Amino acid sequence: MAQAVAPSKGMTFGEAGSALAFAGLAFLSIIIAAKAYTPEYAFHAYLFAAASVASVFAIVNRYYERPAQLPPQAIGGKPNYNMGPVKFTTIASVIWGIAGFTIGLLIALQLAFPALNFDTSWLSFGRMRPLHTSAVIFAFGGNVLIASSFYVVQRTCRARMVGDIAPWFVVLGYNFFIVIAGTGYLLGITQGKEYAEPEWYADLFLTVVWVTYFLVFLGTVMRRKEPHIYVANWFYLAFILTIAVLHLGNNAAIPVSLFSPKSYIVWSGVQDALVQWWYGHNAVGFFLTAGFLAIMYYFIPKRAERPIYSYRLSIIHFWSLIFMYIWAGPHHLHYTALPDWAQTLGMVFSVMLWMPSWGGMINGLMTLSGAWDKLRTDPVLRLMVVSVAFYGMATFEGPLMSVKAVNSLSHYTDWTIGHVHAGALGWVAYISFGAVYCLVPWLWNKKELHSMKAVSWHFWISTLGIVLYISSMWVAGILQGLMWRAYTSLGFLEYSFIETVEAMNPFYVIRALGGAFFVAGSLIMAWNVWKTITVGEAVEEAPQAIQPALIAAE
Amino acid sequence: MSFWSRHKIFETNSIILIIGVLIVISIGGLVEIVPLFYLKSTIEKVEGIRPYTPLEMAGRNIYVREGCYNCHSQMVRPLRDEVERYGHYSLAAESMYDRPFQWGSKRTGPDLARLGNKYSDDWHKDHLKDPRAVVPGSIMPSYPWLEKTELDTASIAQELKVQATLGVPYTEEMLKKAESDIRIQANADDPNAVDLAKRYPKAQSRAFDGNPQKVTEADALIAYLQILGTQVDFKLYDNKANVR
Repeated sequence: MAQAVAPSKGMTFGEAGSALAFAGLAFLSIIIAAKAYTPEYAFHAYLFAAASVASVFAIVNRYYERPAQLPPQAIGGKPNYNMGPVKFTTIASVIWGIAGFTIGLLIALQLAFPALNFDTSWLSFGRMRPLHTSAVIFAFGGNVLIASSFYVVQRTCRARMVGDIAPWFVVLGYNFFIVIAGTGYLLGITQGKEYAEPEWYADLFLTVVWVTYFLVFLGTVMRRKEPHIYVANWFYLAFILTIAVLHLGNNAAIPVSLFSPKSYIVWSGVQDALVQWWYGHNAVGFFLTAGFLAIMYYFIPKRAERPIYSYRLSIIHFWSLIFMYIWAGPHHLHYTALPDWAQTLGMVFSVMLWMPSWGGMINGLMTLSGAWDKLRTDPVLRLMVVSVAFYGMATFEGPLMSVKAVNSLSHYTDWTIGHVHAGALGWVAYISFGAVYCLVPWLWNKKELHSMKAVSWHFWISTLGIVLYISSMWVAGILQGLMWRAYTSLGFLEYSFIETVEAMNPFYVIRALGGAFFVAGSLIMAWNVWKTITVGEAVEEAPQAIQPALIAAE
Repeated sequence: MSFWSRHKIFETNSIILIIGVLIVISIGGLVEIVPLFYLKSTIEKVEGIRPYTPLEMAGRNIYVREGCYNCHSQMVRPLRDEVERYGHYSLAAESMYDRPFQWGSKRTGPDLARLGNKYSDDWHKDHLKDPRAVVPGSIMPSYPWLEKTELDTASIAQELKVQATLGVPYTEEMLKKAESDIRIQANADDPNAVDLAKRYPKAQSRAFDGNPQKVTEADALIAYLQILGTQVDFKLYDNKANVR
């Protein structure tokens, strides 16, 4: 009897609501495009309109194509995971990674050979540098974080991701934000705040995407079949929440008009400086650290097939890290017009931050107890373990550089750039590569990656690149810092500024070479990922059949 | 019940976990940032700081647009070599109207906090067009389009108005005359220049890019660069008065 009645098909609230919202956004965008003060802003408004119209079509089309019933929560007692958005962001991260690294290589070359600015506004260093930082941090790193968090939260909660349209809105909306931000920089649309360059309308759109991301993640955690929330999810939650708070605080701006891309920040001068570095340092602390520590806490135990070294250490690690990071921002403003008390607080907490950072490193590394031999045979695990080692190195160097005496030498020089890249290339990129190498076979039901040898090549080529990069920047930074403060025996400054610039040239060339190696490594990864998906050997059994439980040592 | 088992409440209840995270991440930011808004010692009391003229403001926006802050700081630290190389260390008051602040984080090129009046307009014009023409070892990009691009002044009054609502002391008169003030300041011998200097003390008026025919982006940018760090008269400044 039951089979006879076909379930009536109707649009869900989500489908109808989001289609209407996108139609409204398309309408608004067209009005803005028509009345925009600048052609650059009109271009962005048209992009918004086109994307909104495409979204309406996609939602309606998807409705007609789909069966009457939405996908079930579970099939045959096993959770029916929603891995489409994870696949999308995994591929996107590989593509954005190559783009971001290549732009980095170009701007590195521009500093060695200024002719490469081509006397063109949109190719000049000042516009390309934010493009590079945003492409690697938010496009590459962000997609890795979304991919891994959506994967990990479903697996560790044994529940299908919440939402039908929402997860797709998160991944597509986030990547659309990146397109808006990136094209904006090239066209000269910027707030002029480091790592927060996108203007007010892009920030507003990102806020909507981010809140949706938070709700999807939290909803999935709440749907969990396990009594405990797995440790990686604490880190993901702290990352998503804190980035929302930082984003709102640092982008509190008033637009000149609805039809102008320009806005003015509500904070000014010294207050703006501290809000900016409260944001800037915690973009490092929560985007590039907490988020990627979540990756460490899932992918390393999983790949090494060992439980996390110490459950108690992960509790201490979590709370002390998120508490102390927030205080560290003022170390970007040593000896500036920021009041001394704030500088000192920033320094003290930055030095203390060394301890939770190394606690996390120890927890990650010691997870390999009893599985160290795998480093010889599994280059993916090697990538991730070396990334944790780089994390340890960068989080030692950071507290060192936050000491005012050291900072007076290192600040404003390329030492800072070297330090950032020890963290960004060594830690963030390597743990991301490890996660991508794990995810691709899991997501596409392949036995293993197409070529382990290629992973090994990727590892060694990019390691060589990192070593060239950070060592050349150490020498360049310390050399320039010393030249700036060098005096002759008569008590005059020994070097003019331009002499200190000219002294940088060989190191800029070596740095670019290191960057080229890193780009080469990422191309090998792209090839390997492509081959794994297209010709990799499929797993015969259902992949969810055997799930080694991720429990702590206790 | 051991200390560790008490942590269970965070692990089994996502809302409590979220509240815990929010409290823990709020403390540091609140303690460091909030006092900056009420401690009077944060921003020194000094004579001479005035809002940017519309032309300087437009120039500042070009400075931001081209991402100059990626390579140039605007913050002289109180260190012997910096004070000797650039001039008096920067005061918080000197950037009190800066939205966004442009202190920068990297000196691929030199600090610009005290750049004003150090070089001639011609030098700036040549340097922006082709830096290597005047500084052979420079690695700065060339900005040849600035002196060719006419300055867009249509929304300048609105831009000043937004800043006025945020507390920058732009008067009604300043807002009303914003667009015409741009033309006055970028002109060599405009009779209204005296009037402009009353609204904006020490404002310099001339054809900054050497071309009086039109107001270009180079005019605006050079006007901005020439005012940098010149507003406070350090012969009269008593740094003991602001000991913090």
